[in-house]
Amino acid sequence: MAFLQNHLLSWILFTPALAAVVMLFFPKEKVNFHRWFAFIASLVPLALSIWLWVLFDANGQGFQFEEQAAWFTGVNSTYHLGVDGISLTMVLLTTLLTTAALLASFSVKDRVKTYMILFLLMETGMLGVFMALDLVFFYVFWEISLIPMFLLIIQWGSEKGTRVWGKGREVKERTYAAFKFLLYTMAGSFGLLAAIMLLGMLAGSFDLVTIYEKWNAINSGTLWGIPVSTIKIIAFWAFVIAFAVKVPVWPFHTWLPDAHTAAPTAGSMILAGVMLKLGAYGFLRFVLPLYPEQSKMFAGALAFLAMVSIVLGAFASFGQTDFKRLVAYSSVNHMGFVVLGIAAAAYAAGTDPESANIALNGAVLQMFNHGLSAAGMFFLVGVIYERAHTRDLEAFGGLWPLMPIYGGILIFTSMASLGLPGLNGFVSEFLVVRGAWPVFTLFTALSMLGLLFTGAYILKGIRYVLQGPLNKKWEGHLTDISVREIAVIAPLMVLMLWIGVWPMWILDVINKAAAHLLALL
Amino acid sequence: MPTTTLLWLLPVFPLLAFVLIVLFTNRNKALSHTLAVGAAFLSWLGAMVIFVRALQIGPEALAEHPIDSWVNWIPTGDSFLKIGVMLDPLTAAVLFFVAWTILMIFVYSIGYHNFGQPEGDHDQKGLPPHGATIVDEHGHKHVVPSVEPMYSRFFAYIGLFAFGMYLLAVSDNLLTLFVGWEIMGLCSYLLIGFWFAKPSARAAGIKAFMTTRVGDVFMLLGIAYLYKATGTLSFQDIFKPEMLHALANVDSGVLGLSAAGLIGLLLFIGTVGKSAQWPLHVWLPDAMEGPTPVSAMIHAATMVSAGVYMVIRMFPLLKAGSANEAFLSPLAVMAFIGAFTALFAATIAVAQNDIKRVLAYSTISQLGYMIAALGAGSYIAATFHLITHAFFKALLFLGSGSVIHGMEHGVLHTGNHDVDPQDMFNMGGLAKKMPITFWTFLIGGFALSGFPVLTAGFWSKDEILSTAFLSGHRVVFWTLAVAAFLTAFYTMRQITLTFLGEPRTKEAEHAQETPWTMTVPLMVLAFFAVTAGWIGIPETFPGLGGILPNWFHHWVGATYETLLEEAHLVGEMAEGHSLVPLMTSLTVSLGGLFLGWLTYKDVKSPDPATDPLKKWLGPVHTVLQNKYYFDELYQVIFIRPAAWFAEVFTFRWVDRGAIDGTIHAIARTVFDAGKALAYGFDLPVISGAGDLIGNTVRSFGRAFRVVQTGRVQDYMVAAMTSVVAFGALVYYLLVFAH
Repeated sequence: MAFLQNHLLSWILFTPALAAVVMLFFPKEKVNFHRWFAFIASLVPLALSIWLWVLFDANGQGFQFEEQAAWFTGVNSTYHLGVDGISLTMVLLTTLLTTAALLASFSVKDRVKTYMILFLLMETGMLGVFMALDLVFFYVFWEISLIPMFLLIIQWGSEKGTRVWGKGREVKERTYAAFKFLLYTMAGSFGLLAAIMLLGMLAGSFDLVTIYEKWNAINSGTLWGIPVSTIKIIAFWAFVIAFAVKVPVWPFHTWLPDAHTAAPTAGSMILAGVMLKLGAYGFLRFVLPLYPEQSKMFAGALAFLAMVSIVLGAFASFGQTDFKRLVAYSSVNHMGFVVLGIAAAAYAAGTDPESANIALNGAVLQMFNHGLSAAGMFFLVGVIYERAHTRDLEAFGGLWPLMPIYGGILIFTSMASLGLPGLNGFVSEFLVVRGAWPVFTLFTALSMLGLLFTGAYILKGIRYVLQGPLNKKWEGHLTDISVREIAVIAPLMVLMLWIGVWPMWILDVINKAAAHLLALL
Repeated sequence: MPTTTLLWLLPVFPLLAFVLIVLFTNRNKALSHTLAVGAAFLSWLGAMVIFVRALQIGPEALAEHPIDSWVNWIPTGDSFLKIGVMLDPLTAAVLFFVAWTILMIFVYSIGYHNFGQPEGDHDQKGLPPHGATIVDEHGHKHVVPSVEPMYSRFFAYIGLFAFGMYLLAVSDNLLTLFVGWEIMGLCSYLLIGFWFAKPSARAAGIKAFMTTRVGDVFMLLGIAYLYKATGTLSFQDIFKPEMLHALANVDSGVLGLSAAGLIGLLLFIGTVGKSAQWPLHVWLPDAMEGPTPVSAMIHAATMVSAGVYMVIRMFPLLKAGSANEAFLSPLAVMAFIGAFTALFAATIAVAQNDIKRVLAYSTISQLGYMIAALGAGSYIAATFHLITHAFFKALLFLGSGSVIHGMEHGVLHTGNHDVDPQDMFNMGGLAKKMPITFWTFLIGGFALSGFPVLTAGFWSKDEILSTAFLSGHRVVFWTLAVAAFLTAFYTMRQITLTFLGEPRTKEAEHAQETPWTMTVPLMVLAFFAVTAGWIGIPETFPGLGGILPNWFHHWVGATYETLLEEAHLVGEMAEGHSLVPLMTSLTVSLGGLFLGWLTYKDVKSPDPATDPLKKWLGPVHTVLQNKYYFDELYQVIFIRPAAWFAEVFTFRWVDRGAIDGTIHAIARTVFDAGKALAYGFDLPVISGAGDLIGNTVRSFGRAFRVVQTGRVQDYMVAAMTSVVAFGALVYYLLVFAH
């Protein structure tokens, strides 16, 4: 027990990868075994991260559950894990959504073994990003999480549709989407890698805690004849672009609707639920603490882009006829609030600490909330897609009487996504709006246009799928949501309601972590 | 039980009913309505206990020390955002009417949805019931009304609706008020679109949600601003004289408004949406697509009342925000919007033929009165009218539902489904067929018209008119007076067309009185539609003043009296009493009623073209009938451009065109360069030696071609290789650097 507790983070991090390795030794024909094994294996990190949550001391300073071991001694890079309130929240989100996504994947029939192995590897990758306190380590996991997702999209993605990307260069939609996702993120990652190396050279260590301590002292001298301050700025922009692509911030967002639409259901759940948070997390972990001045200088521009993401994301979503793409664009809209909160916090950290704290609380909670609602929405799109084999909104119509329970769940989840007070989305959006209002009054006010059209696209989805005269061709062909599928979404719904009504349990942790982070600035 | 516990519990009962019905009893109709009505009854009982306790405490003491209870809700840095419940005189008065109307509407719904009737022959979920055929003991076939196919769901929804309203009413802060506010928005969407398979109902639900949301986003900004400016959202903390002063003296930088002024304006825009004031009034008339009890719920007990209640609650802030007399100060805007809406909606109501639509526009108009009263500076008059209106408008809506039900009975009897059971021209002479409905509707109609002395509407309307007159808002006064005349006119038109004369269709001849579950609520509400006014007879009223104490003025007035005095926000209200408003009030109501009767008493044809007003007004009538073409206008200037902006501009032009175009151009360049390198340089020159860049780009190109047959193993290998390659690169660079 003590061994488990002393290395809790390692256990959470590597159980999925371990399970993946075990699965390698079982024949691929045992489809059901692989499904259940992967699902049950994912329950372990989930249970452990809940335990982690319980053990976590919200009042504690800095990182907790730290583990450090020699790893890459040649360059002073160590195996260093630890969590604060922000990463803890993300770890919980990741383990929860992976379990849900694996349960949702029971309907996958094609190459189940490989699929499940990739999924578990991806979980390790994502968890590593949130837990790493070493930059090289961080980067490795950042990339590890990318590859399985690429494979999931290109191999298990939607088989319909093509895209033209050059003169007459027509490729399958999922191929297009997978490469767009991979290359776009990779393009950002190169900068990230460069930035990490520069940081490591300046600080002489890749250890984040060490860098935090030393960082302000490193301000003179040169590296390769270039002044250190210039190097810092170069690294700043490299970070910002890498993370902005990942979030994604408008105008780097067009990979998102394509990747989300083409990915298999569970892939979309993870992509929207967790992967987008990697970018926002990067902002919080690197950009804000290391570059408070630059962050403040460019916070206005970031807030502007956040506002554009919110508004145009909502409009683009409203303009869709493909149900899944509609939901995909909603992520651009919702993540805009995360970025708006981060920008406001960056700007107000020194001058208006209360607003900064509230904005940051809102941003982190919005990350968690969007994880729940986006994963839920993608799952529900998947449920109907599996039955109807279409995502075209016009092809549905009046399905509520055929799928009454599904209809209720869809409305509930849609309302969480819309930000209905009483459900989770409202709390975080309200906090962001409150935090950003005194800082970026105009952008916050303009963002309300996005909030208005959030309503428009959510109701559009419900309108075409559930309401209206029944499209007779579905009569007798659609069955209501199954017990397994309810089991996927029910925990998410419980959390949506819980956070909406009583957010104290999670906000308390976030609030203290946010205050601590802001104290660093 | 302590009063605070009771306050917390009021919203909980209906919420519990909602949850239980949705999760457990949705297949059992009797159990579902028992739960819903039972919950409404418990909340009613709680509200009455609270009301009596409030009476025992007395208005001054209660206003001085409201009963409250709060908890920390979310942490905000070093402090917390608190939420809680509160009981002051205003809350007590609001709870009284909310509890009564909600309970009555719940009971009425049982009858309205034909509980106890057989299942319909072809009824579908999502469509109104169409009737069932039964065979009696003589072998005759009859078509009778059939039970609503989504009976349980309806009771679940209105349970949630009641939860929203109770939550809003007991809130001691703007945040939970907003929660209740928005939950009601959701419920109105679900209930207006209750028969969701009907395209018109579906559209109406979306319209209601979206139009009110326009107001809501402004309100959210107002709340954020207020929270930033004061650090709290609790009413008691905001309404401290020093706080109000501070807010009134900070310049917002917008339109010359103080912070209080801008916050007030933003909050008021929320009310414009919720209480369907011009220019966001368009959703309310369409809201009658929902079942009639919903219309009563929205128009009287909850939704629109919530909007007015919020601005009444925020009155000290609005008053403080108007202290610097900026051009667009909240109260000035409210006086204008309220008076304009009152007249504007009344003119439309005159030309409507649908029995519910007339009432819908009258609601908009009456809400305009309340807003105008606030704008003129009297939150007491606004509250008074809010309460009397809730009673008589709930009565009128439920009465119209009863009429429609009676007419549907006639339609089922004749089997002619082309006859619209809501068109007043198809009615006539219903007074004899449906006496209880008639008499109660008459009381409600007279209250709406402000029939002198007897009805509640007279007293509250008179209070508003004299407030406007005495406070020097002459334009507002005369606008409201004209609107009052029109109100009396269209109400009598409605009563005459519906109930008086002879039946104009066979269906009207076979109309039938409705069951007791529907008529009893009508009678209860009729009682209040009369008596609710007697508690507020002004002391200065000639003859009657002083016989009964002006209890209402005293009670609600206590809420903010001391507060406004301490904050020096009492307006220079001219004391005394002028006979002008009273005489005007008498003239317009009696005159309007008489003229309405005179004009419509001889209408004999079910053809709406025979409307005498149509002959007199000509094209103006067409404009009125088409509601000044606001729906069409909004379609052209907002809805279609928004759809175009979303689909064409944002998605096709910006995302697919500009952004993806740029990305594709880059990709194409790299791809072509890669190909050139591969075939033009790599292959002939280095020939298999493997150039790092060329390889990377080439593998990209190759992957595009092989993907159709691509196996996952290939990718796995490729991925592994690239990770290893990356690792080597990193290592090389790092070691090199050291």
